[in-house]
Amino acid sequence: MFAYVVRRVLATIPVMAIVALFVFSLLYIAPGDPAAVIAGDQATPDDVERIRASLGLDRPYLVRFGAWVWDIMRGDLGVSIFTNLPVSTMIRQRIEPTLSLMVVTLILAVSIAVPMGVVAAWRQGTWIDRAVMAFAVLGFSVPVFVVGYVLAYFFALEWDLLPVQGYTPFARGFWPWLENLILPAIALGSVYIALIARITRATMLEVLQQDYIRTARAKGLNQGGILFLHALKNAAVPIITVIGIGIALLIGGAVVTESVFAIPGLGRLTVDAILRRDYPVIQGVVLLFSFVYVLVNLAIDLAYTLFDPRIRY
Amino acid sequence: MLRRTLLKTGAAMGGAAALPRVSVAQPARVLKMVPQANLTSLDPVWTTANITRNHGHMIYDTLYGLDAQFRPQPQMAAGHVAEDGGKRVVITLRDGLRFHDGSPVLAKDVVASVKRWMRRNPFGQKLATVTDELSADGDKKVVFRLKRPFPAMFAALAQVSNSPPFVMPERLAMTDAFTQVREAVGSGPFRFKPDEYNSGSLAVYERNADYVPVSSGTPSLTAGPKVVHFDRVEWHIITDAATSAAAIQTGEIDWYEQPPPEIQQLLRRDRNVKIEAIDPLPLTGILRFNHLHAPFNDKKMRQAILPALAQEDFMQAVVGTDPANYQTGVGFFTPGTPLANDAGMGPLTGPRSLDRAKALMREAGYTNQPMRLIGPTDILAPSAMTQVGADLVRRLGFNADIALADWGTVVQRRTSREPLDKGGWSMLFTAFSSFDFATPAAHYPLRGNGTSAWFGWPSIPKLEELRDAWFEAPDLATEQRLAREMQTVAMDELPYVPVGAYKSLTALRSNLVDRVSGLALFWGIRRS
Repeated sequence: MFAYVVRRVLATIPVMAIVALFVFSLLYIAPGDPAAVIAGDQATPDDVERIRASLGLDRPYLVRFGAWVWDIMRGDLGVSIFTNLPVSTMIRQRIEPTLSLMVVTLILAVSIAVPMGVVAAWRQGTWIDRAVMAFAVLGFSVPVFVVGYVLAYFFALEWDLLPVQGYTPFARGFWPWLENLILPAIALGSVYIALIARITRATMLEVLQQDYIRTARAKGLNQGGILFLHALKNAAVPIITVIGIGIALLIGGAVVTESVFAIPGLGRLTVDAILRRDYPVIQGVVLLFSFVYVLVNLAIDLAYTLFDPRIRY
Repeated sequence: MLRRTLLKTGAAMGGAAALPRVSVAQPARVLKMVPQANLTSLDPVWTTANITRNHGHMIYDTLYGLDAQFRPQPQMAAGHVAEDGGKRVVITLRDGLRFHDGSPVLAKDVVASVKRWMRRNPFGQKLATVTDELSADGDKKVVFRLKRPFPAMFAALAQVSNSPPFVMPERLAMTDAFTQVREAVGSGPFRFKPDEYNSGSLAVYERNADYVPVSSGTPSLTAGPKVVHFDRVEWHIITDAATSAAAIQTGEIDWYEQPPPEIQQLLRRDRNVKIEAIDPLPLTGILRFNHLHAPFNDKKMRQAILPALAQEDFMQAVVGTDPANYQTGVGFFTPGTPLANDAGMGPLTGPRSLDRAKALMREAGYTNQPMRLIGPTDILAPSAMTQVGADLVRRLGFNADIALADWGTVVQRRTSREPLDKGGWSMLFTAFSSFDFATPAAHYPLRGNGTSAWFGWPSIPKLEELRDAWFEAPDLATEQRLAREMQTVAMDELPYVPVGAYKSLTALRSNLVDRVSGLALFWGIRRS
């Protein structure tokens, strides 16, 4: 197991190298010029050229790529072209809101979606099953930002129950922290809930047909025990896989959700950096997302062993 | 508040008594504002972004301020003495000036700051050309030794917009003008809080308790006493207009600097929010031609468009149909300012005719040559004007390529001097503030200095001659005469076409009063 983990962690290195090359090359060929953005509307072309030179953006591709890779190998993600702040500092400022949003969304989604899927499978063909499936279709169909606006309209503007926007760090108290995350987490989690509920239902339907479930029923086990101890545990592997895949969905959705609810997270940072062509920030954030995604996949693979003892690494 | 109080009570009864108090109302001494854009850079000389200029007005001060009538008034200066027939000007600093790091403001700081500014700012560059020497005479006196008297010197030193000659400590002002300074230390009415700065989310300013406002006058633009009524000002960067609107309606923020027209309509219905012009003077929209390549390197082709161009169409796309928010018949100087005039405006103010324009295009020899209109999709006014412009060139029958992109791409693409087949462009739309077009000094699109000119690169020597003459103008009457001549030349040569002027509206909570007009300025304003 340990050797497997080490092997997988080492395997991230070439993956990250390819990501780095891809991201750098893509940004190099993409249109846009941070020097022109900095110089502003009133700048002359000469001003733009001088700023470009001062930022080192006039250097050849290989020189710039080499310098960037060398810095990364020394643990330095570079400095934002615009703010002059280290990219690592900017990421550190933004990581808590995004992490908080993802964790709350994950907890909310799993705690709602899994029971929904289980109950829908148990009550297959009834109105409960149809209601769950209708919700799932709705969750897939309605864009995150629409859900966000509707929630903000009712819960903040009309009913004055929760704040419209912003983020309060966890250090300032649990409720202020949670208060700002409830609406974004519901908005972001809607697709995720739909996805997990559907997969849970489908997998549970298959498991509930198995002989050992029939045996458990014959032994007189109660319905809750059958569903959540016997069936759900055996249905867990595909559900965990979807939860893991869904984290990528969350990262993408966080960009929109953070914009709608003005949460200062990594998603917002990425969009701002792309619009400004702040290359070091874009490169740093994309590398981080890639790394997180690789680690999540590893964690999922390891989690399989907890639910299915037949799986060994 | 009642519902939230009810919820809070219910939560407490349910065993959640330990939860912190839920509150929306702002503390009386904190002002929360959604600015027009994200504050990405802190150096107002390095970048000319308006948001950084506004940041500059928070933390820096200038030797002279400009009042709403565009008259320079002493701000950091106690006064000045002109000697040697106006060729030696000695400016004395007033008492009590201190930087936020505690050090006193000295003449050497001013000299270094003005010299750095003169390297980047066109008005400053002009001042540099007539300055033999700029030096400090002791701690309190700044000495300009000029080649000849320069009447516009104080207007230059009082410049409000892109970029003002803000005074920073010498150790920072010695930074190369094309490199960003690494600290935001000024002597202005607010201190910047770098520890709370999170670009894209939050910028925080504290009242500078050591700031001594000028002792006389009334606040007027950047002139007069800068008296601050808030201990803390927070700029919350909220990119989503609907979210910003909801936040000001619930009282989570106090001021939303630039709500788009559709949001203004929504906010007008809320009695707790008021909508007003941030600047009584309007911005001007422009259609800029690329003078280097066909078809608009031909003056006749540029002129051919005029009969079909209706300023009203462009302005309604930007601010809606309420005529109180826009002006037509707009020329090359900001309406409502002393140099605004109607010379040569006939082709823009006469009857509109698409057929006449098409006939002029044929006379100019248009035979379906390609043209490219570039424009952004993510900046409100230029985007709206580009849409109207795209419709216009299609109706005129141009073989038009409409290239829309995000602003970051457009600002790069417009720097291209290449022909169309190598990625060049023919036409673009943008807008300039009232200050930019108030005089020829900072009026970049009115320059005719060829490849050194603003994007589009018109070569119109007569405009340059008139501009140079304006700098030497001894009185307002002469300035106005020169402005009329400049407009007459411009309407003939068409370095660009004015497409109307519009007011930038801002939204504030109704209990905010005494705001200083012109920009997002934070002195004077207080909660009633």
